[in-house]
Amino acid sequence: MLKIKDLHASVEDKNILRGINLEVNPGEVHAIMGPNGSGKSTLASVIAGKEDYEVEGGKILLDGEDIEELGAEERAHKGVFLSFQYPVEIPGVSVTNFMKTAINETRKAKGLEDMPAKEMLKLIREKSELLEIDRKFLSRSLNEGFSGGEKKRNEIFQMAMLEPKLAILDETDSGLDIDALRIVANGVNKLKTKDNAVIVITHYQRLLDYIVPDFVHVLHNGRIVKSGGKELAHELEAKGYDWIKEEVDA
Amino acid sequence: MSKYTEDDLREELKTKEYEYGFYTDIESETFPIGLNEDIVRAISKKKEEPQWMTEWRLEAFKVWKEMAEPEWANVHYQKPDFQSIAYYSAPVAVDPNKTLDDVDPDLLAMYKKLGISVDEQKKMNNIAMDIVVDSVSVATTFKKTLAEKGIIFMSISEAIKEHPELVKKYIGTVVPTKDNFYAALNSAVFSDGSFCYIPKGVRCPMELSTYFRINQAGTGQFERTLVIADEGSYVSYLEGCTAPSRDENQLHAAVVELIALDDAEIKYSTVQNWFPGNAEGKGGVYNFVTKRGLCEKNAKISWTQVETGSAVTWKYPSCVLKGDNSVGEFYSIAVTNNYQQADTGTKMIHLGKNTKSTIISKGISAGKSQNSYRGLVQVSSRAENARNFSQCDSLLMGNECGAHTFPYIEAKNKSAQIEHEATTSKIGEDQIFYCNQRGIDTEKAIALIVNGFSKDVLNKLPMEFAVEAQKLLEISLEGSVG
Repeated sequence: MLKIKDLHASVEDKNILRGINLEVNPGEVHAIMGPNGSGKSTLASVIAGKEDYEVEGGKILLDGEDIEELGAEERAHKGVFLSFQYPVEIPGVSVTNFMKTAINETRKAKGLEDMPAKEMLKLIREKSELLEIDRKFLSRSLNEGFSGGEKKRNEIFQMAMLEPKLAILDETDSGLDIDALRIVANGVNKLKTKDNAVIVITHYQRLLDYIVPDFVHVLHNGRIVKSGGKELAHELEAKGYDWIKEEVDA
Repeated sequence: MSKYTEDDLREELKTKEYEYGFYTDIESETFPIGLNEDIVRAISKKKEEPQWMTEWRLEAFKVWKEMAEPEWANVHYQKPDFQSIAYYSAPVAVDPNKTLDDVDPDLLAMYKKLGISVDEQKKMNNIAMDIVVDSVSVATTFKKTLAEKGIIFMSISEAIKEHPELVKKYIGTVVPTKDNFYAALNSAVFSDGSFCYIPKGVRCPMELSTYFRINQAGTGQFERTLVIADEGSYVSYLEGCTAPSRDENQLHAAVVELIALDDAEIKYSTVQNWFPGNAEGKGGVYNFVTKRGLCEKNAKISWTQVETGSAVTWKYPSCVLKGDNSVGEFYSIAVTNNYQQADTGTKMIHLGKNTKSTIISKGISAGKSQNSYRGLVQVSSRAENARNFSQCDSLLMGNECGAHTFPYIEAKNKSAQIEHEATTSKIGEDQIFYCNQRGIDTEKAIALIVNGFSKDVLNKLPMEFAVEAQKLLEISLEGSVG
């Protein structure tokens, strides 16, 4: 589904990604781990199409199509979803209104009519029940005054509504207590199918106790320096990142 | 409203230019340029006005000659040359009886282009309309239906002839001729406008609406609106404005006076979309308007305005809360883009006891524009327990525009409670990217953010107007980011 070949990217003339290779197939969960500043969030932003990042070389293929020239919204229309580490506030725009707009814009891009109101309400009801979200929450302004847990839960709710092909969860566990973490992780697991894929970006292994990855990649200085199964995450948890850095530098 | 989908909206948004910028070639009678006593007399004569009206105008003209243009507003522009403006222009084919069948087909075609249908559709929407082109009211709809309830809704020229006692009693009582430079000018040369009287205890069954259009080149538009809500009555009044795109600046100096007698309520909503000038700041309407309402006991006046047009706006719809327990409200969205400048706000003058006022102002600045809120809350020594709440929010787009807030508070009574809140925010790239990532393109994202920001005020508009206003906000801000 997603194929990244020798990807180099920079921001403000600073090279961050220096040759990433990654292949993600439908039904897979990949974890990308690494120390702070290794390029994890940059990778997420580059895949999603954030303009601040300059792709210097390499390719990102989604279902075989090079998405380099596509804007962020076009990538979203093709099923790329990014759960933000720091979701932004949009005062006066309710969660429901935001989702309605997002869904209908995506449908429009596909040449479909707006989703009928009845269907929209049904979808909202289903997904909010699935994720145990109080529906009062949906009439609040997007992320305004939300707690850390509410913001992340809202991200996963949006993911549920948009049903992406490829979901990238950027540090979804940061700022969450253990209960909130469990709720968010359960949500992601419920949304998992054999046709979609998830990339979990995290610094710690604890989220991976709940969202179990098929593959774990370690990012260091803008490269994937080690890949393995879920046991690699445990090894990192036990030994920290330093041994990998030494291994690479040696 | 429900029939209007977001797709319709998007379709219309494809027209990026100011879509009302056309000129309709209608045979017009235009006075020679310049202003002197003879011109004032000629206007009055043209309108077949009674002697008292002519004298009232001449008095105003005398006052105006002695006055200087105000310079305190935070706007900079080339002052108009008042001797190079024509003060009267009227489409020739206007019939004094003004039933729709008599209206010049070219005029009707123009309304159609403006999206105004003066006939059946408006009937369904339950809106009665008065349409003012250049200097003259050209059509008033639903006169008969309204007359059955005793409601008078006609052009002010007609009212001066048909209901002189009402006009004479109230004109200039809320905005005196010498109130300010533009009000004095308007009083001397106003050519038409709307008049409305709601009798005691009557709830006006439909929205009353005036649509203003400047068509001719080199003319100023000086309309005068007078709305009187007698005791215990209610009326909701809408006002819309457009003008052709022209390279030179056109002057619009209107006066609106509202009188809400005991227990009456007036809701006055404006969607102002005069030509704002082009992207380089050339042309556009100078909108120098005086709007004020007087509240007697337990009366209420609400001003709601969406200001998207004009090159320069100078406008402060105000309430004089004279009667005890009276209520004044001001809800405003002012958008400036490119080189537009707006200095707008309100005055809430608390004179009676237990008077209450609310001010919610939302300023949106983009491009190289300057947007100022200027508001006065004044509590007199006799106004026990006066309360005011003001909220002024500014939203900035880009790095070259400005937002300014000038709140003035004068409280002479210790029991007054006055609250003022102000915020300034910027549409961030992070917000845009967040929307993009959810499949919402940048234009739509801005519209969404702006609508969210303006929601408190949009909610105050009558339904049909709210849709139009929302649409306008999006059009006005197109191309303002990235």
